[in-house]
Amino acid sequence: MLNNVGRPTRPGAASTNGDAENTYTGNRALNLETPLIFEQGVKGRVGVDMREPKDVKSRMGGLERETDVGLPDLSEPQVLRHYVRLSRQNYSIDAGFYPLGSCTMKHNPRINEKAARMKGLGDIHPMQPVSTVQGALELIDDLAHWLKTITGMPAVAMSPAAGAHGELCGVMAIRAAHDAKGEARTRILVPESAHGTNPATAALCGYKVESVPADANGRMDMVAFEAKLGPDVAGVMLTNPNTCGLFENDVKKIADLIHGVGGYFYCDGANLNAILGRTRPGDLGVDAMHINLHKTFSTPHGGGGPGSGPVVLSEALAPYAPVPYVAKGDAGYFLQEYVEEGANQSFGRMKTFHGQMGMFIRALAYMLSHGADGLRQIAEDAVLNANYIRVGLNDLLNSPFDGVCMHEALFDDSTLKDTGVTTLDISKAMIDEGYHPMTMYFPLVVHGAMLIEPTESETKETLDMFIGSMRHLIEKAQTSNNADFFTQAPKFAPRKRLDETAAARSPILRWSAPEEA
Amino acid sequence: MRYMPHTAEERQAMLEKIGVASVDDLFVDIPEDARLSGLLDLPKHAPEMDVDAKMLAYGAQNLSPSSAPSFLGAGAYRHHVPSVVDHLIQRSEFLTAYTPYQPEISQGTLQALFEFQSQVALITGMDVANASMYDGATACAEAVLMACRATRRKKAILSGNLHPHYREVTETTVQFTDFGVESLSPSVDGVEDLAAGLGKDIACVVVQNPDFFGRLQDLSDLADKCHEVGALLVVVVTEVVSLGAMRSPGHMGADIVVGEGQSIGVPLSYGGPYVGLFATRQKYVRQMPGRLCGETVDQDGTRGFVLTLSTREQHIRREKATSNICTNAGLCSLAFSIHMSLLGEVGFSKLAKLNHGEAVAAADKISAIEGIDVLNDTFFNEFTVKLPIPAAIAVEQLASKGILGGVPVSRLLPDTAEFENLLLVTVTETNSDADVDQLVAALEEIANAK
Repeated sequence: MLNNVGRPTRPGAASTNGDAENTYTGNRALNLETPLIFEQGVKGRVGVDMREPKDVKSRMGGLERETDVGLPDLSEPQVLRHYVRLSRQNYSIDAGFYPLGSCTMKHNPRINEKAARMKGLGDIHPMQPVSTVQGALELIDDLAHWLKTITGMPAVAMSPAAGAHGELCGVMAIRAAHDAKGEARTRILVPESAHGTNPATAALCGYKVESVPADANGRMDMVAFEAKLGPDVAGVMLTNPNTCGLFENDVKKIADLIHGVGGYFYCDGANLNAILGRTRPGDLGVDAMHINLHKTFSTPHGGGGPGSGPVVLSEALAPYAPVPYVAKGDAGYFLQEYVEEGANQSFGRMKTFHGQMGMFIRALAYMLSHGADGLRQIAEDAVLNANYIRVGLNDLLNSPFDGVCMHEALFDDSTLKDTGVTTLDISKAMIDEGYHPMTMYFPLVVHGAMLIEPTESETKETLDMFIGSMRHLIEKAQTSNNADFFTQAPKFAPRKRLDETAAARSPILRWSAPEEA
Repeated sequence: MRYMPHTAEERQAMLEKIGVASVDDLFVDIPEDARLSGLLDLPKHAPEMDVDAKMLAYGAQNLSPSSAPSFLGAGAYRHHVPSVVDHLIQRSEFLTAYTPYQPEISQGTLQALFEFQSQVALITGMDVANASMYDGATACAEAVLMACRATRRKKAILSGNLHPHYREVTETTVQFTDFGVESLSPSVDGVEDLAAGLGKDIACVVVQNPDFFGRLQDLSDLADKCHEVGALLVVVVTEVVSLGAMRSPGHMGADIVVGEGQSIGVPLSYGGPYVGLFATRQKYVRQMPGRLCGETVDQDGTRGFVLTLSTREQHIRREKATSNICTNAGLCSLAFSIHMSLLGEVGFSKLAKLNHGEAVAAADKISAIEGIDVLNDTFFNEFTVKLPIPAAIAVEQLASKGILGGVPVSRLLPDTAEFENLLLVTVTETNSDADVDQLVAALEEIANAK
C-alpha cells in the first residue's frame, strides 16, 4: 500500500558526487545500465525465427497495414541481456527482507511455479469442452473447499482477478441482494483507516460512502458507527485485522449491529494471514470477504500483479455470485457459464473467462504444502514476528496504539519531530541498509505512519539485524545535524531520489522516435 | 515445515522478549467464542514430492492442446512463446518484487512498464497506454466508464459482434452506476448499423475488430460519425497478433483501444491470468484508469522512471477515483513486452502474416467439404464455420478423436437457433498442415454422417 498524502515528491539538492565517481560507461561494476529497448534496435536483426508464411491471397479485405509499427529489431541474446540488466535494478523478496505492511511479502515457493506450468494445467484453453478439462475443474473445486474451510464460509466466488476486483464482487453481491428484496439502500460505511479501494469500490456500486473515524485504540469508533446506522445503510466494509495491524475486537458486535439494520458485513481480507487457523470469518458474522491469493497464499506479486481475489460468501449472498462457477453434476464437473433464471440469481460476469487459474494452481500447491497445521503456524509466526519487531523498536519509535499487534507493527513519526528527518527519509535510508522500506504514510489515521509486516518467512537473525539497523537509523536521526545524511539517501541504489513532481506535471508516458519528438 | 524457520527454542525466546507467556496471548483480541482451539478439518502439511505428484495428477486428467491439434480461439489464442520469455519472468527480481512504490530500487519493473506502454501505444496506433488491466473484458468495461467520464454522457452503444463475455462484463460493471449500455444483437453476416443510435447523448460506441465471428471491418466512417456528435469510438482487439498485419485502430480513428494481450507471451492457463491492454489519445490521459509509469530524472539528473498521475487513483482519491483498480497484470505485461521485444518490427509482422496464411489455407480446405461452409468474407486467423449438426455436439465428437476442433458459438451465445451449428475455428503458427488435415478429415466424417 502506498499513500502520498503529505509526502514530498520532489528530491532536494543534487548530491555531491563528483566526476571522480563517474565511469565512462555509466556502469558501476555489477551495477549495469541498459538503454530503452527502443534505443537498441538495428534494422535487419531478429529475435524469433519462424517458417515462411504461406503465399495466399489475402482475406483481410484491403485493411492490411501499410506503415511500420515502429518496433525495434534485436537478437535474442540482446533481449535477454536487456531484461537481465533490468531485473538487477529491482529489489525482491528472494534477495532480501521486504517488510511492506499490508502487502504480505512472504516466500514464494518454486514448486508452485512448476505446477502452474505443468502440461494439462498451464497450457489448457478456457473454451475446451468441459469433458476435456475435468482435472482443472476438480482443482478449482478443491481450492474452493480449502478456502471455504479456512474461512468457515459456505460459498466462494472464484473469478475475481485481484483484491479490489474481489471487493467489487462482494459489494455487487450486497447490492444485488438488496435489489432482490426491493430495497433501495444508499449508504456504505467505511472506516477511515480503510484501503482506498474500499470507498472506490462502494462508489462504483452506486453507494454513498460514509467514513467512520477510528477510536483511541485504533479500532473503528463504535459510538460513531452506531450513530451512522440506519435503514438506508447497505453494509459496512471493515478490514480485519485492520490496517493498523489490530484485530477489531468488537467485530461480532459490528456484525450484529449491521445485520440488525438489515445491512451486510463486507470484510476486507487483505490481512487474512494473521488469523489463519486461529479464527474463521464465518464465525465472526461476515457476509463477504475477498482473499488475496497473492498475499496470504503466496502467489508471487510479480512487480504489481497479476493477483487473484476469490470472495467467500454467506448463505445470504451466495445466490448472487458471479458466473461462471464450477458445479458438480451426474457427468462430472461442469461450468455454469450463464445468468439463468431458475439456476441462479447471479449479478453477472466479472472477467473474460473463469478466473486466475494460474494463481489457483499456485495457491492450492501452497495450501497442500502447509496443511492445517502449517496454516495455523503461519498466523502464529507472522504475529510473533510482528510483535517481536514492535517490542524491539517501541522505546525509540512510538506505537500509536497500546497492546499486542497482529501481523504488522505500526509506528508514527512523533519521535522524529523537530529532527528534520521524515518517515520518507528513514525509508530511503533503509534502502541503503539493504532493505525494502516498510509501508509509509499508510494508514492515514496515523501521522507519518510506518507499517512493518515481517511475515512468517523470516528468521530471528533477520529480524534482529533489521531491528538493529532501524535502531541505528532512528538514533542517528534523533542526533542533531544528521538531516542531510537522510535527505540524500539512498546513495547506493541504482537511482537517487526521483522527481515525481516533474513526472506528473508534464507526463512522458512512452518512448517516441527522435524525429517525432 | 520447510517454509518457516523458527525452532521451538527461538519461538520461546521471542515470546519472552515480547513479554508474554504463550503465543495464545498474542491472539487475545479475537473474541473468545470465535477462537479455534484445534486444527481445521484439512490434511496436514505435505512434502514437496507429494504436492508435485498431486498437481501432475490434476493435469493428467485434462486434454492438453500441446498434444492435440487445437483450433480454439474466441478470445484466447495458442501461440508459441519463446523460451527466453518464461526464463526471464521467473527471475527472482521480477517474480518476487512488489508494485514499484520505491522507484530507486524498482527501476527494472518501471523501465519495463514504460517500454510496455510504448509498445502498446505503437501497435494500437494510439498516443499513450497504461501499465495494463486484468484482462480484455475488464479493460473494455473500464473504457466505457472512462468514455462516460470524458464526455460527461451516460450511455454507450455496444456492437452485437463484440465478444459476448466482453459485453457481459461491461453490462455487469456499469449496472449499478449512472451509466447505461445498449447492446445490439449479434449478426453473423456482420451487418449492423451502429451509427443509427448515435446522438448527443451517446458517450461511446464499442466495436470489436476482427469481430467475434472473425470478420474485419474498416471503422474509419464509424469514427467520423462518432466524432460528429462528440462520441468516442472504442475499439476492442481480442487477438492482438492481428495488429501485426492490420491497419491499426488508431489509424482508423479510434479514441480508446482496449484488448487482450494474452496472445503475446502469456500462456493459455485455462483463462487467466491474462493482460488487458488499454490505450488512448493524449488528451484523455488524466481520465485513464489504472497504473501509469512515466519518465523523470533523479537527483543527479539521470533518467529514471516512476509511477505517475496517481492523483487519479483510489489510494489518493478514494471514492472519487477514476477506477477502484490498484494493480496491473505486472508479470503478464512483462511477458508480453519481452515477447514483443524478441519479435520486433520484422517478427511481429511476419508472425501475423504466418497466422493469416495458415488460416486462409485451412479455411479453403474446410470450405471445400461438402455440407460445410466458411461464412466469413474477411478474417485474420479465426473464422466461422457452419456445420450440418450442432457445433456443441461436433466438438465433443472431435474431442473423442483427440482434436480440439474449435469453440461452438452457442457456448457464448446460447439459446439462439441461428447460431447452433456455428463453430469458431482459429488457426495459428502452432498448427501444422498435418493438424489441419486431421481436422478436415474429422469434419468430413461429420458431414458425411449427416
